[in-house]
Amino acid sequence: MKIEYNFAFFDEGSKREIRRATLKAIAIPGYQVPFASREMPIARGWGTGGLQLTLSLVGKEDVIKVIDQGSDESVNAVNIKKLITATTGINVTEAMEEATIIQSRHRIPEVPLREGQILVLQVPLPEPLRYYEPSEYETKKLHGEKEYSGVWLMLFEQIMSYGNMSTGADHPVMVHDRYVMAPSPIPRFDNPRLNCSKALILFGAGREKKVYAVPPHTGVISLAFEDFPFQTESFRNKSCRLCGAKGVYLDEIEDQATGKTIYQCNDTSFCMSRLNGKI
Amino acid sequence: MGYVAVKGGTLAIEESIKRLKYERLKKGDVLDVHGIECGMRCLIDQVMSESSLYSETLAAISIKQAEGSPEEAVFLMRAYRSTLPRKHYSRTVHPDDMLAERRISASFKDIPGGQILGATCDYTHRLIDFELNNETEGDISNWLHNFARDNGINSCATDLANLPKILDYLRREGLLQDCENNDREPDDITRESVKFPTSRSERLQILTRGQTGAVTSLGYAALRGYGALHPTVGELRVGHLPLYVDNPFDGEDEDDAYYIGGIKVTEVETLFPAPVQKENGVKEIEFGIGYGICYGQNETKAIAMSILDHCLETGSPEYPTHNEEFVLLHIDSVEATGFISHLKLPHYVTFQSKLDSVRKSKKSGRGKDMESDGELNP
Repeated sequence: MKIEYNFAFFDEGSKREIRRATLKAIAIPGYQVPFASREMPIARGWGTGGLQLTLSLVGKEDVIKVIDQGSDESVNAVNIKKLITATTGINVTEAMEEATIIQSRHRIPEVPLREGQILVLQVPLPEPLRYYEPSEYETKKLHGEKEYSGVWLMLFEQIMSYGNMSTGADHPVMVHDRYVMAPSPIPRFDNPRLNCSKALILFGAGREKKVYAVPPHTGVISLAFEDFPFQTESFRNKSCRLCGAKGVYLDEIEDQATGKTIYQCNDTSFCMSRLNGKI
Repeated sequence: MGYVAVKGGTLAIEESIKRLKYERLKKGDVLDVHGIECGMRCLIDQVMSESSLYSETLAAISIKQAEGSPEEAVFLMRAYRSTLPRKHYSRTVHPDDMLAERRISASFKDIPGGQILGATCDYTHRLIDFELNNETEGDISNWLHNFARDNGINSCATDLANLPKILDYLRREGLLQDCENNDREPDDITRESVKFPTSRSERLQILTRGQTGAVTSLGYAALRGYGALHPTVGELRVGHLPLYVDNPFDGEDEDDAYYIGGIKVTEVETLFPAPVQKENGVKEIEFGIGYGICYGQNETKAIAMSILDHCLETGSPEYPTHNEEFVLLHIDSVEATGFISHLKLPHYVTFQSKLDSVRKSKKSGRGKDMESDGELNP
């Protein structure tokens, strides 16, 4: 029994169907478009939403970059890259400038996106209102009616309890003044990069069967109050121990020899380029 | 922070995959796929059912590759299923056409056509048969020879392909409300994502491909304490259903349809007594039904499915087992195992972000004092 897989794994009909959902998502920024998510050769929750978007979009000329939590060589990034190349034969890269499609889990790279690029983010929980409303049927209505008092209340209660908004990654954003959207769990540090992005940003949630999008040059505002402005993670007075970069997202590492906390760039390819003098 | 060092992830993964292969092969024996097909009927049935893909051979290969893990085998089958174009739709399958191998009713002792026990573990003692350790091909062929001799002449007068449905009897008696066939085109959950509230066709599809253990557990919960249901199995059948596809050139003439093979299924209809409001406020008790069907012989799952079908059909805010979002969104093997296993992935970025807010909340200064530390992005 010898079976060959189609280009980009799916049959053509499936790819077309995912692209249709994507087009709708682009037409309604921030709106979660349901789609018939397929089972993939990688596990649900491991980036199947992003992978389906990538495979539906990819052509023979494309060059793909895959990162997981900032790293091109993280286990899952490697795994996804292997599947894409095995079923398409296209080129992969670690350099931002060369990539046409960038699939990422939980980070927007430090190197700014440019026009024509597509950033595909993997989304575990696409529903920003799920925290206080477990029912899908109800959250759909809340979005339809632009009834977002619950999410404001959630942030308000955090301030009352903890003295500040205590969202970690996935701080909710307002897209084009219409839909509240989960930015996939990118750190707050990356939220401002969604705003007026030059590149198309797509979000794929495979297990939850949703696609949504932030088209280029679309306004994306992180939810906050006038007296409690939005704050990103703080890396003040800290820099990368390898390349010395400041003002980037840093990983916190314990030095095994000294027991001290040290920092290095989370975006590994950015760090490498700096070390190699390319940036 | 071992496995996401800046470089070297690729190599480590390759070695890990080799290690996995080694685990499968280290004892030096090749597991024969044909052997799996012959001897692991129930596992194959379970895998096909949870995969929504009926192929004994593919299931056997998947089981081999997965080293017998149903969760992995189902995963392989589902992923393969995603690559298959939808070329034809079969004609509607009528369960009345089943060629039954087993058919029982717990509601009536004497049923038209009779109780047919067929093959089942139900009446065996679960004592490990140590003899199986030394079973030989010779033993088998002897046994098979004798079995064939004893069963050579089929003296049974029952037409196994045309057994009457037990529920029809209750309908004739007026104990079960007669209902029209719902011939609406079914919604296909693999082609259109599920929206709530769901249609019955969507519910049945999700239930039948649900993880056997999950469907059983939730069905058991409804039976034991969440809804206090106690259904009676009206009829349980195991047998083959024939499949036909229309002639692609010549429309819908039934006589021109092609027979493309059969599938073995377990079908269950359970009865639930329920009060019904009649005219002038008079109450009567009538039976409601629950329906369960799944690939292969998997009777526990099919019965549990019929319980959950009934729960979701009636609905009740009191019990999670009657809440369609609770049941339908959490019983899929690939989804549940995938999301749970994703917790093993690195979460450095998100955890760092959470650390940041935990630290902020621990600082003594509250509210505006924080601004000096955090970076502002209006």
